[in-house]
Amino acid sequence: MAKGIKDKVVIIGMGCSKFGERWDKEADNLMVEAYTEAIADAGIDTKQIDAAWLATAIEEQHVGKSATPLAVALRLPFIPVTRVENYCASGTEAFRGAVYAVASGAADVALALGVEKLKDTGYGGLPQRGRGPLNDMTNPNASAPGSFAQLAAAYRAKHKVEPKDLKRAMAHISVKSHDNGAKNPKAHLRNKITEETVLKAPMVAEPLGLYDCCGVSDGAACAIVATPAVAKSLGKTDMISIKALQVAVSNGLEAQHNSWDGSYFATTRVASKRAYAEAGIDRPREQLSLIEVHDCFSVTELVTMEDLHISAEGGAIKDVLDGFYDADGQVPCQIDGGLKCFGHPIGASGLRMIYEMYLQMQGRAGERQRQQEPVFGLTHNLGGFPQRNVAAISIVGKYGA
Amino acid sequence: MSKGILAFGAYIPWRRLPRKAIAETHGWFNPALKGQAKGERAFCNWDEDPVTMAVEAARDALAGRDRTSIAALRFASTTYPFLDRLHSGIVAGALNLAEDVSAIDVAASQRAATSALIEALGSDSETLVVASEKRGAKAASPVEMSSGDGAAAVLVGAGRPLATLLGKASRTSDFVDHFRSVDNQFDYQWEERWIRDAGYMTAVPPVIKRCLEQAKVAANDVAHFCMPATLARVANAVAKAAGVDEKAVCDALHANCGDTGAAHSLLLLVATLERAKAGDKILLVGFGQGADALLLEVTPEIGRRPHNLGVTGHLARRKEEASYGRFLAFNDLIELERGMRSETDKATALSSLWRNRETVTSFIGGKCSKCGTLQMPRTDICVNPNCNAIGTQQPHAFADMAGRIKSYTADRLTYAPDPPSCYGMIEFEEGGRVMIDFTDIDADALKVGQPMQMMFRIKDIDTARGFRRYYWKAAPKAGNA
Repeated sequence: MAKGIKDKVVIIGMGCSKFGERWDKEADNLMVEAYTEAIADAGIDTKQIDAAWLATAIEEQHVGKSATPLAVALRLPFIPVTRVENYCASGTEAFRGAVYAVASGAADVALALGVEKLKDTGYGGLPQRGRGPLNDMTNPNASAPGSFAQLAAAYRAKHKVEPKDLKRAMAHISVKSHDNGAKNPKAHLRNKITEETVLKAPMVAEPLGLYDCCGVSDGAACAIVATPAVAKSLGKTDMISIKALQVAVSNGLEAQHNSWDGSYFATTRVASKRAYAEAGIDRPREQLSLIEVHDCFSVTELVTMEDLHISAEGGAIKDVLDGFYDADGQVPCQIDGGLKCFGHPIGASGLRMIYEMYLQMQGRAGERQRQQEPVFGLTHNLGGFPQRNVAAISIVGKYGA
Repeated sequence: MSKGILAFGAYIPWRRLPRKAIAETHGWFNPALKGQAKGERAFCNWDEDPVTMAVEAARDALAGRDRTSIAALRFASTTYPFLDRLHSGIVAGALNLAEDVSAIDVAASQRAATSALIEALGSDSETLVVASEKRGAKAASPVEMSSGDGAAAVLVGAGRPLATLLGKASRTSDFVDHFRSVDNQFDYQWEERWIRDAGYMTAVPPVIKRCLEQAKVAANDVAHFCMPATLARVANAVAKAAGVDEKAVCDALHANCGDTGAAHSLLLLVATLERAKAGDKILLVGFGQGADALLLEVTPEIGRRPHNLGVTGHLARRKEEASYGRFLAFNDLIELERGMRSETDKATALSSLWRNRETVTSFIGGKCSKCGTLQMPRTDICVNPNCNAIGTQQPHAFADMAGRIKSYTADRLTYAPDPPSCYGMIEFEEGGRVMIDFTDIDADALKVGQPMQMMFRIKDIDTARGFRRYYWKAAPKAGNA
């Protein structure tokens, strides 16, 4: 088996723009906002970056194609820059590109930046757009909530769960994330909500109400990575290293083969197992200090707790309601507020999750700092639809841990 | 082997509008509507048109039958969505008929269906005759009140017929009781009393007489008289004038369906065949720029016909529509604010549609010749993770396979002409699955395990270019409680 990425690359700087309805900012302003924080944090000069990766998914709504928007915004000095798109997992994909470049020895220092400017459509929710000639002829005109809501139908049927019990656990997930987001100055939504608010909200796609859905916002996030040797030469101590990076991509099995029951993410289950093996983690429920998952919808977070092998299959409702994933629980999930409160500028989200892990590991998370010192943090970045998706897992932690 | 009607079927849309809803809205303008405000009329879902209804009526007629012997298809309607595109070609594709089928659209007259049936009964080819109509009508018009949407199909050929032809006669004259030109969306109609006296009463009895003479059958031997007419009691008056017993006059389905225009003669024939006994003689008349008359005799085979839904089953498959607003919207009689999400370009790549016709139009998936796994759509490599064989997928028809809901949603965010948009995963009992739109279903009726059947429907309408594309959707299995 491949040796994996563990401890071969460290993060030397990160930055994250304020997420929200940034009516007065273009995508390049957001990129620069995240970048200036990251480069100052790294303590290096732009000229020291050997290669860069740009993540953006719905580029036709803002910057257009190719990697040039990043190179132009940051005035990168004619270095190799690559644009990646892999549904909503694009941010983690950009990070993987930069980390692999450094691990291979092709680059000493590499940058990953994700950006999305979604609020120029004129309406709420993600942009409505064509999916290709054949898909348009056959696929339902599905929205994201409509696609993910189906998890609930299948989960309820499989585990014989009453709709109201599932809905209550889903509500707890959103209330918890808003409690966390309220403490985060970079979050889009910073209001606390109650279970009653969630349960009474207008329905978007049964059983997902308004508060079961993450926001849509503009934002950017950036990471600069290097070899441990380069980091040391820059005077870095208490380094945060990458322990695992795994991606699993649907191959049509879920959509076409009757072996998948619709209640879980087949990709996440595979990617997380591989990531634990790569990171040397054998008891994730005990060993993970923090997790940031792709909570595009409350029900996504709920089933993901099982797909990450932290909650037992069918056991997520109990864990959620027990507060296991609350900020003061055993494995806090979305301690920064998650997609729920940050919104989901697609290319940026995966990097925004890693940014929070990076801050928490360094004790720089301010009011929302996890008191028990974090050792391993997992991020889970998911793109697509339950029946056809991309799951990207990163595990970061103390270098050498 | 004798020749005749081998099979028959029908389709009536799920939705029914109580006529009083029309009268209540427009009574202020036309108080006479209140006198007509009885019963209900069938109307198409937003995703139905004469083509989709024709496909469903044909599928009903052909249920359980091998289709490879069908050599000709005749499709009658006056409300085709296209002026230049062969609608029977779309129907043939959806029915997965062989490409060497002869297909003709028969148009432009209310008696198109009877003319097509006469031609089919005189032909040596096994012929599927379908008739389907979705009449346009101005709000508050008598046509809006009297008409309904629907389709019927009969298969004609050699074998063990359910009914045989005893006689036929036709008459043609340019009697213009109403018309609709390419420049006009709606009918323009002359005075009803004139249509009755100078039209039906003058033109039809002589045609009936010739038909009966040819058959050597006495008028009072006619057990069932089927003649569409929206004017009150005209069918009775014509029967009387022709010497046919008034008791033989068939119910015109006014109370529960409405007059389905060019499809109505065939629809009444199917409704009659459903209750006819061996030996019954059925007189079928189509009126429009002259008249057609056919005399059919029901054979003992009628007792052995398969029990498809037909008119009776489709009348039972019904949903009362409380909102006249929905009827107006579905029929483009009102300009709704549909929101920005409706603005996406619905252009169809015609080359892609043609290349993918097997999937899109015929709903044919694949069956692996190595492991037997069914999958939709058909791909080069088998989806079974324990097989993944390359190039083993054989065509497999999915359209008539029974399925169940595996997962679902009622999506209120995405644009849909009839929100919420209901869709989800259908798992077929024989194997395979598909993520697909649902239709003819209420959001509160969605549940995992609900038995579903596939139906041919409009997928999208490209208003910018006037094109519409068709695909398959899942609807609750008809006949389910």
